[in-house]
Amino acid sequence: MLESDFQKKNRFFLNMGPQHPSTHGVLLIVLEMSGEYVLDPQPVLGFIHRMHEKMAESRPCQSFMPNTARMDYVCALPYNHGYVSLVERKAGIEVPRRAEYIRVITSELNRVASHLLWLGAYLLDLGAFTPILYGFDDREHILDILEDITGSRLTYCYYRFGGVNQDIDDKFVDSTRAFIKRLRKRFVIYEKLVTKNIIFIKRTENIGIVSPDMALRYGMTGPNLRGSGIAYDVRKNEPYSIYPEFDFEVPVGEQGDCLDRYMVRVREMEQSLRIIEQALDRLPEGPVRAKVPKNIKLSPGDCNFAVEAARGELSYYLVGDGTGVPYRLKVRVPSYSNLSCLPELGRGILLPDLVSILGSFDLVIPEMDR
Amino acid sequence: MKQYFSEIYTGGKSLVEGLGVTFKALFQPIVTVQYPREEIDITPNYRGHIDLVLDPEKNTFLCISCGMCEKACPSDCIKIKGEKLEGEKKKTLVLFELDFTKCSLCGACVESCPKDALEFSQEYNLAAFSREAFHFDILKRLEERRT
Ligand code: SF4
Ligand code: SF4
Repeated sequence: MLESDFQKKNRFFLNMGPQHPSTHGVLLIVLEMSGEYVLDPQPVLGFIHRMHEKMAESRPCQSFMPNTARMDYVCALPYNHGYVSLVERKAGIEVPRRAEYIRVITSELNRVASHLLWLGAYLLDLGAFTPILYGFDDREHILDILEDITGSRLTYCYYRFGGVNQDIDDKFVDSTRAFIKRLRKRFVIYEKLVTKNIIFIKRTENIGIVSPDMALRYGMTGPNLRGSGIAYDVRKNEPYSIYPEFDFEVPVGEQGDCLDRYMVRVREMEQSLRIIEQALDRLPEGPVRAKVPKNIKLSPGDCNFAVEAARGELSYYLVGDGTGVPYRLKVRVPSYSNLSCLPELGRGILLPDLVSILGSFDLVIPEMDR
Repeated sequence: MKQYFSEIYTGGKSLVEGLGVTFKALFQPIVTVQYPREEIDITPNYRGHIDLVLDPEKNTFLCISCGMCEKACPSDCIKIKGEKLEGEKKKTLVLFELDFTKCSLCGACVESCPKDALEFSQEYNLAAFSREAFHFDILKRLEERRT
């Protein structure tokens, strides 16, 4: 970075956000600038804080279910999943196998939907308008499929303690299979349209390199960590639900630049499709909801449960005190840690590159602020 | 120098390929639905705001004003009142209000109802200028559907 005397004398502050199309929500980043170069980016959070954790501590544990979907509205089902599994672990509730299968299938569908939305939005950040239309077209199919069984399009409240709200039918199975077939064909289009595109490559290759050491220092998880070459995935490393029964890979990147993070997500979609296919093939018969007591008592002591959400490791930590109301619920969300490396990563880069990096982190702001 | 030209060639080729994708899309069926001039059918499982179930035989509600739904709701959206009318043994529902501004469409009320007296409506075209417009009188909505 070259700084002329004029620029040195005329450093200025630029507020990026809270209303900025590429912060994807109400995130403010205060940038100290010198010309077009960023000297010091500092994220400012808290614009959309809704006290979700406090809400959990003031009502029976069942009543927190709808809140879980409103933290990360793009990928809500893993949030449902983490919370129900947490309470099930705490209260010792057995979940029927069919219910676990349904949970995995729907969670993975939601992950694909989330990645598709990210793909479109990221390209939009980089100035390409067309891919988001393709992405939304595909994502719409998933939303339709999920709407048919959950009743809502984004903020699902579908899982219940001891199972799921509603059984899936043949229509769901058929349309999911048809969708998998369709999306595999569409991957070819995405590759031609985006992955091989020279402008896209120039905007992402060697930009925002997160070294493995740096990723670990900031507690990054999910595709951002895997982009740096560390194969850590909660589904593999700390298996929950029925994930150990499925055969899937954990894609990793090489050097941790924006392109690697992109590639990891694209390849992850393929792996998710594989999981869904296997689950549909082996879908057992049986009940989808176990009998659970009406007022679940949370025994004294603490309990933790981690799941792999689309953005990384999501973990719930709960302290019970013998009543039905949690004494403390802490939610560890991935985006918060993923963003925290920005001040170090964004020093001395061009402003357009900062936009590229921010997009590649796949941030969801309501999740950070909770 | 050689690399410079090969980069131009591969770069140019990638752009042409990408344009090919969009060009092909030009001849594919239109997927956009021109809402609100066109509408798509929504799934019967769609969860709109809650409604009382109309019992076709008795031509009235099934609700016994037990108050379970009121208690189950995480956001205190539901307000019900049952009164003992003259000459009846049990309570009759006289008020069922829903504050839809706070409802999260979670379904806890529908699930908790012992009489299956609640259902989700199919309404999604909801917009208004005031908050009060979303304080629904569910009982009145049922009266309107009665034959
Ligand atoms: S759907 Fe949920 S939030 Fe809405 S009224 Fe019923 S219980 Fe309350
Ligand atoms: S739970 Fe059902 S029966 Fe009881 S008050 Fe509510 S709607 Fe009526």
